[in-house]
Amino acid sequence: MSEIKERGYANSSVLVSTEWVSKHLKDPGIRIIESNEDQLLYSTGHIPGAVHVDWTNDLNDQVRRDYLGKKEFEGLMSRIGVTPETTVIFYGDKNNWWACYAYWIFQLFGHKNAKLMDGGRLKWEKEGKEMTREIPSYIQTNYKALERDDKKIRAFRKDVLKHIDNNLPLVDVRSPDEYSGKRLHMPEYPNEGALRGGHIPGASNIPWARAINPEDGTFKTADELKSIYAKENKLKPEDNIIAYCRIGERSSHTWFVLKKLLGYKKVRNYDGSWTEWGNLVGVPIEK
Amino acid sequence: MTEAGLNGATLLVSRLKNDFGFVNMGNYTEKLSDLLELLSMFPDEHNRIELLINYADKFEEVPPEIAKRPFPEENKVPFCESGAYIWTKKQPDNTLKFYFAVENPQGISAKALAAILDMTLSGEKPEKIMNIDDDIVYKIFGQSLSMGKNMGLTGIVQMIRRNARKFLN
Repeated sequence: MSEIKERGYANSSVLVSTEWVSKHLKDPGIRIIESNEDQLLYSTGHIPGAVHVDWTNDLNDQVRRDYLGKKEFEGLMSRIGVTPETTVIFYGDKNNWWACYAYWIFQLFGHKNAKLMDGGRLKWEKEGKEMTREIPSYIQTNYKALERDDKKIRAFRKDVLKHIDNNLPLVDVRSPDEYSGKRLHMPEYPNEGALRGGHIPGASNIPWARAINPEDGTFKTADELKSIYAKENKLKPEDNIIAYCRIGERSSHTWFVLKKLLGYKKVRNYDGSWTEWGNLVGVPIEK
Repeated sequence: MTEAGLNGATLLVSRLKNDFGFVNMGNYTEKLSDLLELLSMFPDEHNRIELLINYADKFEEVPPEIAKRPFPEENKVPFCESGAYIWTKKQPDNTLKFYFAVENPQGISAKALAAILDMTLSGEKPEKIMNIDDDIVYKIFGQSLSMGKNMGLTGIVQMIRRNARKFLN
């Protein structure tokens, strides 16, 4: 895969390579954060010095379906020894789905010094780079966060309804079988936590995985990405776009591609996604 | 936890059951019930994770005399994103033996569950396995599983159940 800087991204500084990370393991100005779907994975070994931020336990409100608030975010950042000046580097399993989700949530609180490790945990492991089971500890900080701002990059169901009314672009990043609703109706198969199968009316289906190189999980070049999103699916950089999936993890990945790598101006992630829309009374769906 | 520690803890649970008459709740085999009780003695998440990783370390892939790559699609657990496969063979004594493969090297939870199910369900008759409850996934991994992970792991339990039903007389 080509060097990140040569891939033509609108903002190449949001990505770092495994090589770069291996050279910055002892850099006091960075904090490496592992975020996974599999909660056991971090404990089996991780990048030396990396802390674990768990989506369920650390980033969600423990009662309501919502993310943590300002106070809890300050507590998390202080616990992992981060200041507003610290650059946080996310990586994780599943092609960085959960790393992208964590990255996106950190942006709700305005922590701009954030990057993603291209290729995620699998690339690091495949390259045989050092891993450890030692849990690092850092001196606690007194992090002060901004109030969570849900307006710019997060969409709610009322925003989606407006999008439908105004015929604005919606991107469903799930698999074709989830998009068509076929998957929900297969007998004895686990359902998706939704009563209805299908998609939000007018949504295009651009599976998240199209943005990566399957052999190592790295992101495709800007030209390749533009070919998928702009040429094939007619999404323009100035469009007002909402992406969604099942609970917002895969669409965080697509949000990162459109907003950060391609520099699209207005992209929001609808984290309610199909688990909300597919259960919501009275809203329209398509199959 | 060391293997000796793990075995000791399992033995302790068995003794507690005998001495104090713990009731076997839910549709579990005795071995599975013992294991769930053992896990319930580890409410601290860190210790539970260590214990589960210990089980994942015990995972043994399906031997080549049973299946070779590429594994058949019919043995694949639907929608398990860790690429889990299950084979079920009937033994001469009419009990079942389960074999597993997990293609994703990062599918540690799937490997832990596969190892647990092999340890607790292999050697049992199909009628003991056909009604195993889905809730074992939460009992083993705790309540904070993501939806996708829960779906995949539950898919493994459901396939075990379906396979057991196929072997009912």
